[in-house]
Amino acid sequence: MAKYHVKTTINGDPAEFLCGTEQTVLDCLRDELGLTGSKEGCSSGDCGACSITLDGRLVCACLVLGVETEGKDIETIEGVADGDDLHPIQKHFLQEAALQCGICTPGFIVAAKALLAENPNPTETETRYWLAGNLCRCTGYDKIVTAVMNAAAEMRGE
Amino acid sequence: MSDLQFSSPKTVKEAVKILSASKGKARVLAGGTDLLVQLRAGRMAGSMIVDIKNIPELRSIKKEKNGFTIGAAVSGAELGAHKAINKAWPGVVEGLELIGSTQIQGRASLGGNLCNGSPAADSVPGLIAAGATCKIAGPKGLRTSKVEDIVLGPGKTSLKAGEFVVSFFLPTRPKRSGDAYLRFIPRTEMDIAVVGASVSLTLDKVGVCSEARVSLGAVAPKPLLVAKAASAIIGTKVDDEALTELSLAASAACDPIDDKRGTVEYRTKVAGVLARRAATIALERARGN
Repeated sequence: MAKYHVKTTINGDPAEFLCGTEQTVLDCLRDELGLTGSKEGCSSGDCGACSITLDGRLVCACLVLGVETEGKDIETIEGVADGDDLHPIQKHFLQEAALQCGICTPGFIVAAKALLAENPNPTETETRYWLAGNLCRCTGYDKIVTAVMNAAAEMRGE
Repeated sequence: MSDLQFSSPKTVKEAVKILSASKGKARVLAGGTDLLVQLRAGRMAGSMIVDIKNIPELRSIKKEKNGFTIGAAVSGAELGAHKAINKAWPGVVEGLELIGSTQIQGRASLGGNLCNGSPAADSVPGLIAAGATCKIAGPKGLRTSKVEDIVLGPGKTSLKAGEFVVSFFLPTRPKRSGDAYLRFIPRTEMDIAVVGASVSLTLDKVGVCSEARVSLGAVAPKPLLVAKAASAIIGTKVDDEALTELSLAASAACDPIDDKRGTVEYRTKVAGVLARRAATIALERARGN
């Protein structure tokens, strides 16, 4: 089996891994690098549980091949908190109890962070549309949306 | 795991060489939102993946003297952020932007959506209505094709072995032009079109439609250019009567499938309604330009 040596930057640190063509970057993060925060839900780009950013762009890690990420900048859920200090989005997810089983949570947080980087003051509708590619079967979304709106307000200094 | 090869050419020439040498066994990877799903499902034919996203021409949007050149692998998010194209061709942009979620928009491209060969591809009717052409590279050099000549049927394209789409060209619009794309789905977001309709039109100084193109998706084995629907409004002020004729011509052009998302009768009717609504939006946009 062909193995490729891929050099990337993950959450600000240089990272290297070996992978076969078939392996997605989600497989590489989880199985080669031990970064199991990104979850595998559907493996077809429908559920968003594996959301990461690739050169700043929000994508599903299950729809990107590991070999495609050569020289790219990857951000995952593991890079969201600053050491022991949770990111405001993470804090508000806890405060609002915006999670139950937790499988969708890393994807929601990564996606919400990408939203607030692009639009620090989104409306609820904008937030819901942006997060439409992240599926949650537990919460019914309201708490998630509230957590993101509250985090956005805190990050704006309100 | 199979012995699937991967290649990431940096130039069009290099990509053509790799694709030609593969004797039809290579699959072109743009955004991967269809290809990777096929790969995971074990439905991807081929023994090599050729990633074309490291070729600068495939990833850039250029303003030319007479229009725009859009790289085939430019993502929906990138196209959506391009102000000049949004202003000139909002219908083209809204077609691509309707595909999938924010995550999918980070990857999905015009080239991939076209060459995947789906009759329901959301970005294709807009390109066809716009009169867009695509530049194709292959073993015999470069050629240009109209977008409506690419898809032949579900999953089938007119691209020959070793060929791939490099870029799309959208011409500069005359004044008083507008376009729009609408699709019908049973929910508000993230679904496959039951019907897609795009209309592009230009008005003369007194508000008479001088040029028009109408394209429908998901109502036939391939996206359609419906000349009769366009001629129904050309030479008119796009009034109620002309729009009714356009609507009837759009429905008459349909040859859809029956499936869980829409019956033949339903799709045929909705195609007429949607074409009319798209024409109305295009008209408003043309009056505003």
